Amino acid sequence: MVEPDAHKFDTKSLHAGQRPDPSTGSRAVPIHQTTSYVFDSVDEAAALYNLEVGGHIYSRISNPTVAVLEERIAALEGGVGAVCTSSGMAAFHLAVATLLNTGDHIVSSQNLYGGSHNMMTFTMPRFGISTTFVDPHEPKSFLDAANENTKLFYAEVLGNPGIEVLDIEAIADAAHSIGVPLVVDATFATPYLIRPIEHGADVVIHSLTKFLGGHGIAIGGAVVDGGRFDWAASGKFPTLSEPYDGYHGIVFTDEFGPQALSMRARAEGLKDFGACMSPSNAFYLLQGIETLPLRMQKHVSNTHSVLDLLDKHDAVEWIRHPDHPSHPDHELAKRLYTKGSGAILSFGISGGREAGKKFIESVELASHLANVGDAKTLVIHPASTTHQQMSAEDLSTAGIGEDLVRISVGLEDPADICADLDRALKASQR
Amino acid sequence: MLINLADSYFSAANGGIDLKEMNENDPLVVLIHGAGMDRTVWFQQTRFLSHHGYRCFAVDLPAHGGTEGPPLETINEMADWISSVIERLGGPAHIVGHSMGSFIALATAANHPDSVLSATLIAVAEGMPVHPDLQTAADDNLPKGASFIAGWGHGPDQHLGGNPTPGLWMIGGATAVVENSKPGILSLDLSICSSYEETLQQAQSVKCPTTLILGSRDKMTPRRAAQPLIDALTNPTVVELEGVGHMSMTEAPKEVRQVLLDNFSNS
Repeated sequence: MVEPDAHKFDTKSLHAGQRPDPSTGSRAVPIHQTTSYVFDSVDEAAALYNLEVGGHIYSRISNPTVAVLEERIAALEGGVGAVCTSSGMAAFHLAVATLLNTGDHIVSSQNLYGGSHNMMTFTMPRFGISTTFVDPHEPKSFLDAANENTKLFYAEVLGNPGIEVLDIEAIADAAHSIGVPLVVDATFATPYLIRPIEHGADVVIHSLTKFLGGHGIAIGGAVVDGGRFDWAASGKFPTLSEPYDGYHGIVFTDEFGPQALSMRARAEGLKDFGACMSPSNAFYLLQGIETLPLRMQKHVSNTHSVLDLLDKHDAVEWIRHPDHPSHPDHELAKRLYTKGSGAILSFGISGGREAGKKFIESVELASHLANVGDAKTLVIHPASTTHQQMSAEDLSTAGIGEDLVRISVGLEDPADICADLDRALKASQR
Repeated sequence: MLINLADSYFSAANGGIDLKEMNENDPLVVLIHGAGMDRTVWFQQTRFLSHHGYRCFAVDLPAHGGTEGPPLETINEMADWISSVIERLGGPAHIVGHSMGSFIALATAANHPDSVLSATLIAVAEGMPVHPDLQTAADDNLPKGASFIAGWGHGPDQHLGGNPTPGLWMIGGATAVVENSKPGILSLDLSICSSYEETLQQAQSVKCPTTLILGSRDKMTPRRAAQPLIDALTNPTVVELEGVGHMSMTEAPKEVRQVLLDNFSNS
């Protein structure tokens, strides 16, 4: 049987979204460092402003360099479009603000990046949006927490910092059974390791700052529109399925169908909230994505080397990574993540908080900082940094003990990474 | 929006204009989608035309998009249905069809000449034989069928990207439209396309002005396959779009808009 005519993942990582610049022949994506774009005519300007035709108006809404990145991410994820934002948190906010209104409700996994947990716990309630946090392992827990105002289910495909593995299809089926979408954050996985839309997710959020960029030099985010959720049939999303006076009564689902969310998020969210990505950051992030497949292979193989080290180390009480047989989601990970389940792991250090502190202060190659997904190996103690605004009870619920150390395994020679970690572990026990 | 038609409704996009605010003196335009697709493949034309002096409606055929009801099973039945839609909307109309929709437009122009001011046929050919692997995928595996259509349906440039609408991935959009179709519809539509053999006969009876928009890189209805139809029509206008595949409306939206405006104003 013949195969569909489409470029493969590695090719898309290099090419999707860009044809060589027609006026200069530039092979690399040019940085369009401009705020605005000359209109051909008054009529064309009016048509652009009225969403009658596609094109660029002002770089808060769209920019040619950013648009290449948006298409590339959408292509890699198998979506219909993407909207890039100034950060991953801005992407999460954009998705929520585009879909929800005051009085609406979210059911979210409890195993999240601390910033996302904070936004749903403290910030969104100020705007009338509430959240119930649940164990992401059970579809029933999401359904039990849902009410008539629930508008979406939210989870990370690989949780933070316990790397809980989301059964995307099961949670998506639960969401769809009550007419709401599943929105997932796939930052830790990248589309190289899993493409959540193919498993039933409807919207994918990324912090591009992490593995997709891979270099730790540019902040950015993206909302990827899967294009499969029927917003109109659901009847729960008036921002997409009812006339919008902001554009003379346009109904986004009527006009744009599967691209309704992408179009509304840009036409309203980027235009009005303004959390846009800069063209230079888009350029940097594109450079990273060009090597995403190669880097993720190396991230995963290095992670397996570190797991081997930790597995045998006397200073390690436990290990948390889905590729390790001790992880509760190991079997699910083997099914979903055939290329490996990423390069973030955590472990419990013998001696608790004090030993953890000594370990962090003893690493020499790894960097102690608040990021993951860099080309360089990173370490952090979440209880005192990324998750420090969570209560002791919430920390416990999220599986974050005071002995927990998180590592984002980089691309250095695995022998050097392991030597550094081994030295610091030994130092932590003195 | 839903518009009543006899004892039922059909779904259409019209650029978001309240029906009561449309100028009934503006010429009517009806856009007809192809196999397994829906009204939204015209999003680069519908809203533009509705704000440029036309009452433009991109309609969902029965059992497609937002239109309920049983599917129609022949091109001529679909042409009859389009004629009734044109009457409901206050025709006659300029009709524009894509792929299977171009067969419907041709049949409407032939069978209902009083309903049609002009017919524009996009990605059309004398016949549309369907690759057996595509038909099999459409029968048994809709996502695969959708990926066949999106993959074969776009020219090589579109496989790289550069969508005129920032942030949209054209291949993904086409895939989703087909994947979102109702069960069995793509399979039925493709079988209707492959068995339709009346194009030349109907072309010879068309009286209204006709325009063909053909992509130079169309793998599904190659340029050469349109020649017998061109020869059968009376003085058709033929527009060839360089580098474009089967999906001219999205691949070359600006060019298609201009061809339509020129065609309507000359008809």
